[in-house]
Amino acid sequence: MRLAQSFALAAALAGLFAGTAVAQQSDADKDWSKVVIGTEGAYPPFNFLDASGELKGFDVDIAKALCAEMKVECTFVTQDWDGMIPALQNGNFDALVASMSITPEREEQIAFTNKYYQTPPAIAVPKDSEITEATDATLSGKAIGAQVSTTHAQAAAALFPSADVRQYPTAEEYKLDIENGRLDAVMDDVVVLDEWLKSDAGACCKLLSTLTADPAIYGKGVGVGLRKGDDKLKTMLDDAIVAIRENGTYDKIQKTYFDFDVYGKEPAAQ
Amino acid sequence: MSGNNPALAAPAAPREKLKPAGFVAIGLWIAVAAAFAFYFVRAFDVTLIERFGWSYLHGLWVTVSLVGVSFVLGAIVSLPVALGRMASNPIAQGLAFAFVYFFRGTPLIAQIFLFYYGFGQFRGFFETIGLWWFFREAWYCGLFSLALNTAAYQAEILRGAIESVPKGQWEGGRSLGLSRQVIFFKVVMPQAMIVALRPYANEIILMIKASAIVAIITVYDLFGETRQAYSRTYDFQTYVWAALLYLALVEALRHATNWAERRLTRHLKR
Repeated sequence: MRLAQSFALAAALAGLFAGTAVAQQSDADKDWSKVVIGTEGAYPPFNFLDASGELKGFDVDIAKALCAEMKVECTFVTQDWDGMIPALQNGNFDALVASMSITPEREEQIAFTNKYYQTPPAIAVPKDSEITEATDATLSGKAIGAQVSTTHAQAAAALFPSADVRQYPTAEEYKLDIENGRLDAVMDDVVVLDEWLKSDAGACCKLLSTLTADPAIYGKGVGVGLRKGDDKLKTMLDDAIVAIRENGTYDKIQKTYFDFDVYGKEPAAQ
Repeated sequence: MSGNNPALAAPAAPREKLKPAGFVAIGLWIAVAAAFAFYFVRAFDVTLIERFGWSYLHGLWVTVSLVGVSFVLGAIVSLPVALGRMASNPIAQGLAFAFVYFFRGTPLIAQIFLFYYGFGQFRGFFETIGLWWFFREAWYCGLFSLALNTAAYQAEILRGAIESVPKGQWEGGRSLGLSRQVIFFKVVMPQAMIVALRPYANEIILMIKASAIVAIITVYDLFGETRQAYSRTYDFQTYVWAALLYLALVEALRHATNWAERRLTRHLKR
């Protein structure tokens, strides 16, 4: 029996290496009648699980609208944030709709559609905080929380090098830790912070200021992530984004979540 | 005492002849090893070492110090717990049993979450008793949970080792007119420690690997730094490095244990 196990393990490992060595394939021969969409489910109001365990949020509704527009059948899977890109590359899902910013580092790994929203980052502090503005001097030595592997964590380290940036697995944990008084500030998307501050859980804190997004870190807004080579799916999605923007579906979805335009002023980069 | 003498161990079974399937299995393993070596040589990137080398060393230091300090603290806590487990007093016995029951029976990740986020909810209480400075820091919380967790395991190792020392040693000590303390610390414990050496080394190895969990409460240990590096590069060799560093740690420990055992059992060799 040990021999059989040895065989199975060796074969599995060989398969693993073969898998990483596979070159990018074109999707020209796929019909894309079914698309699996990956999202995080822990980033309200963009994607989250409601009390009954159902996926909700702006990302989810936009994804559904895009699928309806493309007339494809979509199923959703949830995936931890820091395993998002490998899971997409391994084929656990085909499209990543999880508020992921289109950054140069990520573009080396995966492809993105044009942006479907673009909102600035912001900083929140406890209500009794003595910090009055977000500069490196005022935040020197202070603990700033952000979600691991996000543009916000990267930007916090770049903008406030003298601060102590702490990275949490999901947004839930840094919210808990600023309530508990372990953090002096948290940094995330302004919409995410705003939603939280309006809820009971966010009663501890207030918005300090909105920051200008550095394009070198934040890239070109938030897009749908795709495997490199899936050009046909990319074209379908890009067209669908334009279509829902034009036919009013986008505005209808955005109004159920926000009272301002999250698409951003800048047009989609071509 | 024959168990400590390698000369008295049962002779190894004669080696079986390799059958054709065995050759194929070995061939497969060689292929896997070659594929791995090929992958690592091809993927090896010096710029990554320049970028992340120092953070890996820093992470290694955090892991080593965290495991080292919590192991020593755990050893100190484990002594009264082990004595409680062996006591005839039902209250001491019950308390020690409950301690071991809880810390061995629940996952370490749950304990760390409980101590970090759970205790954070009682900030007012900890401020009143003047312990908030301790529970405010993620590193101390990690240390606290690891130390208590290992104390439970070490208590059982210690109890087993002490009970393995024959009753005659106690009786012999008493007949020489030695006090209970002297018999325990000078006669029984030295013999128990020889029995406990291997299980202790095992426990440190398990702790080195289990300590990677502290990365989720924002402590940048070796695994935390690895996740950082991976999130910036999406290159799997970052994990390969971490695995090699953990392997080196465990390997060093294995040699140290072998050396210690040879040194401690010299008087048993014939």
